Amino acid sequence: MANFFPRWTNWLPLKISICGVVIVCGLTAGTWYYITPKYTRVGYQPIQPVPFPHDIHVAQLGMDCRYCHSFVDVAAHSNLPNTQTCMNCHTQVQKDNPKLEPVRASWKTGQPVEWVQIHRTPDYVYYNHAAHVNRGISCASCHGQVNHMSVVRHAKPHSMAWCLECHRHPENFLRPENQITNLDWKPDWEKPAEFVAKYGQPKDAADDWSKKDKLTQKEIGETLKERWNVQPPLNCQGCHR
Amino acid sequence: MDGAITAPDVIAGEASASVTKPLQRVPLVLNKRNFSWITERIAGAVEGSAPRWWWVTFAITSMVAMFGLFCLGYQISTGVGTWGLNHPVGWAWDITNFVFWIGIGHAGTLISAILFLLRQKWRTSINRSAEAMTLFAVICAAIFPGVHVGRVWMAWYLAPLPNNYGIWPNFRSPLLWDVFAVSTYFSVSVLFWYTGLIPDLATLRDRATTKIKKLLYGIFAVGWRGSNRNWRHYEMAYLLLAGLSTPLVLSVHSVVSFDFATSIIPTWHSTIFPPYFVAGAIFGGFAMVLTLLVPARAIYKLQDIITPQHIDKMAKVILLTGSIVSYAYAMEFFVAWYSGNQYEKFAFYNRIFGPYWWYWWVGMLFCNCLSPQLFWFKRFRYNIYVVYFVCMCVNAGMWFERFIIIVGGLHRDFLPSSWGIFIPTWVDIWTFIGTFGIFLSLFLLFIRYLPMIAMSEVKIVLPEANPHHALPDEHHPVAAVGKERH
Repeated sequence: MANFFPRWTNWLPLKISICGVVIVCGLTAGTWYYITPKYTRVGYQPIQPVPFPHDIHVAQLGMDCRYCHSFVDVAAHSNLPNTQTCMNCHTQVQKDNPKLEPVRASWKTGQPVEWVQIHRTPDYVYYNHAAHVNRGISCASCHGQVNHMSVVRHAKPHSMAWCLECHRHPENFLRPENQITNLDWKPDWEKPAEFVAKYGQPKDAADDWSKKDKLTQKEIGETLKERWNVQPPLNCQGCHR
Repeated sequence: MDGAITAPDVIAGEASASVTKPLQRVPLVLNKRNFSWITERIAGAVEGSAPRWWWVTFAITSMVAMFGLFCLGYQISTGVGTWGLNHPVGWAWDITNFVFWIGIGHAGTLISAILFLLRQKWRTSINRSAEAMTLFAVICAAIFPGVHVGRVWMAWYLAPLPNNYGIWPNFRSPLLWDVFAVSTYFSVSVLFWYTGLIPDLATLRDRATTKIKKLLYGIFAVGWRGSNRNWRHYEMAYLLLAGLSTPLVLSVHSVVSFDFATSIIPTWHSTIFPPYFVAGAIFGGFAMVLTLLVPARAIYKLQDIITPQHIDKMAKVILLTGSIVSYAYAMEFFVAWYSGNQYEKFAFYNRIFGPYWWYWWVGMLFCNCLSPQLFWFKRFRYNIYVVYFVCMCVNAGMWFERFIIIVGGLHRDFLPSSWGIFIPTWVDIWTFIGTFGIFLSLFLLFIRYLPMIAMSEVKIVLPEANPHHALPDEHHPVAAVGKERH
């Protein structure tokens, strides 16, 4: 039999396998990075009809989240404020600011302002805002430091793995209930003696935490988890009802 | 060809010549065919232009296959509601067809791996096509569980891939074991089949007349030269793969049976299922091997390679496994009675006298239990028409058996208010017929482009391949001394 494969073909299988490995790894890495919510959702910052600056309203003026998002701690759904809420102040404050023209138009016509939705939960996910904010999950855990955003953007991935990160280990995120809407809260702000006096400490804790200099997030979280009996659902039906 | 095949005469002359000489075995290749005849006959089937019957048959089977694929597309785009599934029968033809095809897929690896390890030389004539049949049957089988999940694009959830959902497949579910069992079985079967093909692909490469054929067969022959080193590595690889495949023959259908046995449905929840299913799979698989090979040997004139002895042995396997299956059927009834469980007893009473009574009487009792009993008689094992009739009965019977197990278990559940009957839709029916189109089209392509019998292996079982063959004795004074082994 004549040898009809030229000499260079000897290396072909090796070259093809190396290319194959590189392509498969590249595709996997590319998919992992670019086609996941960490990339596709985080950073989404649409132009709103009115450039509502959360940093001025919250960080400078000290408004509470719940002044506008008034249903968040009593209902599954967290509302956007209606025009009337805006006009409570803006009939007096900045009442001629041209940026507020759409709000004034809405006030006159009764047509709501068409805000662009940023955080969109799929219809097959049941998410209850009240259940979370009343049990130690801050707004910041899911929405980031909105109090420092001049224009709101999508700060966290909101993928299912991200939800489960907290559902599996809520102690890494729980905070005292009066700090929920304080988006700047840090665990070291808690005074151990006061905290332990109010919430106690886990039964299996070895030493007395009230004597500590500072409490870590884990210590605070574990205390609250035990005190409030926080057991986030991990079964499918917990969220996909 | 006439129906009755006469049993080959056992080299009568030699046996009578010397009384002390041990009894001769029936040769595995008849009419003293030599190496060259085998190559010419088997490679010749691939090399000529396709005969007219091939085109006609392929046109029909591929049209059926296309219509089956259309039905799948319709089902995927519209939803599982196009099948007749509903409460309480949530599994019907889809899973019946899956178990049916995956069962057929068991004969190939049994023949190639277990019979290889047991040194059954008669396997060499049938292993190649049986393995090809296995692969095609597993392809047909894989369609059904893949599609019956409803949202096919979600099927990747079954694979343990890192994902954004932070979840992992449920390894406690036998349905997931099934995915792993079947995909492992398919991969190992492909490897085993391909490894066995390499020497024959090299033969086709060397005989190829056109450049494109040389190139394609050459690529797949991976530089086979037939050297001593090639053969040494090849035989070790083949042995290792045979060892790897052997447990799979038993495990795959055991795992398939767990889909049922681990549930609580009466007639499903049974410890007898794994061996019962494995025996049934081999039973149905051998019937399908014969269904394909009996016409193929007649068309390609391979009667000297696939001899009546081969058919006889396969018939015996069918008799054995058919009897195991019959025993299992009987034992199911016994256990139902002995358990004293009213649901179990009712389910088996319903199997015989319920709405699907004739499935049991015709499918299970006549086709699976009674028809193979003909093979107790040598006369019938050597009659090609009887063999074919029994194989057809078994093919049908094994489908009915799976239907009775699945739908029979589901249509009368614990709550009489939710009892129901399964009525297949045209999509159900044509998807199933379509898989026959896919199966036969693939098999036709296989016999058209690849050697349907392992040439190199058949040559090894010829008397000339035996090193002692050439030793001269008083009866063969000048036997083929120095004849080279190709």
